[in-house]
Amino acid sequence: MAPSGVWDAMNNFEFTTLIGLGSVAAGFLGALTGLGGGVVIVPMLVLLFGVDIRYAAGASLVSVIATSSGAAAAYVKEGYSNVRIGMFLEVATTTGALSGAFLAARLSSSIISIVFGLVLLHSAYLSFRARHSQSEAGSPDPLAVFLKMDASYPTPSGPEQYHVRAVPLGFGLMVVAGAISGILGIGSGAFKVLALDRAMHIPFKVATTTSNFMIGVTAAASAGVYLHRGYIDPGLAMPVMIGVLLGSLLGVRSLVRSNTVLLRLIFTAVIVFLATEMIYNGFTGGL
Amino acid sequence: MAKSKGSWTDKQMDSIIASILQGGVVLAALVVLTGGGLYLFRYGSALPDFRVFRGEPSDLRNLAGIIADAVLFRSRGIMQMGLILLIATPIMRVAFCLFAFLRQRDRLYVLLTLFVLTLLLISLAGGLK
Repeated sequence: MAPSGVWDAMNNFEFTTLIGLGSVAAGFLGALTGLGGGVVIVPMLVLLFGVDIRYAAGASLVSVIATSSGAAAAYVKEGYSNVRIGMFLEVATTTGALSGAFLAARLSSSIISIVFGLVLLHSAYLSFRARHSQSEAGSPDPLAVFLKMDASYPTPSGPEQYHVRAVPLGFGLMVVAGAISGILGIGSGAFKVLALDRAMHIPFKVATTTSNFMIGVTAAASAGVYLHRGYIDPGLAMPVMIGVLLGSLLGVRSLVRSNTVLLRLIFTAVIVFLATEMIYNGFTGGL
Repeated sequence: MAKSKGSWTDKQMDSIIASILQGGVVLAALVVLTGGGLYLFRYGSALPDFRVFRGEPSDLRNLAGIIADAVLFRSRGIMQMGLILLIATPIMRVAFCLFAFLRQRDRLYVLLTLFVLTLLLISLAGGLK
């Protein structure tokens, strides 16, 4: 049900303005809920504006790099992120991202649309699961010690030590996270946090900030492939990048004041709706 | 971790990384906005065409072409240049980490970082399509 008619009459100026405004909203909600703006950018462009999914993925991927890098300053002040965990796992995410970007060119738009819908549903489900966040004491994992991953993070009662676990499982999950990012043009932050928090038992705050660091590098790996394949259109990427960046900065600022439970509920409802549409369109070939 | 002289603490590394990322994003956004303003001024009343995938013209797909277009003050080239600066921002961060691990004489992490940096540069240079 790709819309037509209405959009045919629109010129570049109107198109850019509307996409810019939509991207501000996506970035804002993405930052408030912690799901990132990327997950709604692609469905918005494809379903609402009738953009081809390859151009949509290119513009989304670029906006992912912008928000990830833009948010870093706020995180660094807190001193949570772990450079070594991030760098080690980036070996996995960049390898996965390049394989994903390679695969993206060989999959039909319908398949990509269905995969996108399923990943959306999964991230909606994740956003409602309780955080793990419990860093239990215990003997350190020899592999994590060898990789110098164990560290401490600031808490109200002083720095607290944590031990990283299940390094091979975490590495494997990061290859998958990278591949999803490369196929769909999203940051797959929810999945990365899941791997860091649940599988590797990294404290939640450290997991989210380290994931944010990794998202930018992962996206940069696929972005090169996307660029050379002609997926990145500057006229489309411009309002998306600027819009999502503005929206996410506003979202991070207002994070403390707003009713995030209600917003999360609304955002999740939107995501479930978009996911269903993407899957439906994939099956009917209506893209 | 032993702090030999000349090597940064993890906290100093964090703050340098933050400056690289922030600076890169701000610079990229300014270039994209400059190109975007010019683009809308010149082609604002033209009709958009994203419905059917054709792929970008070859000059907007590689670094040399994008730089050439930007120098000629073509609006799409300038925007694409801004996007290249954005893609380069996390790559700069990885390059900085390589430098930092070298100073810490952390051979394992130098190798890991070198691997990531190589993948990123090959991808950006168009070695993998």
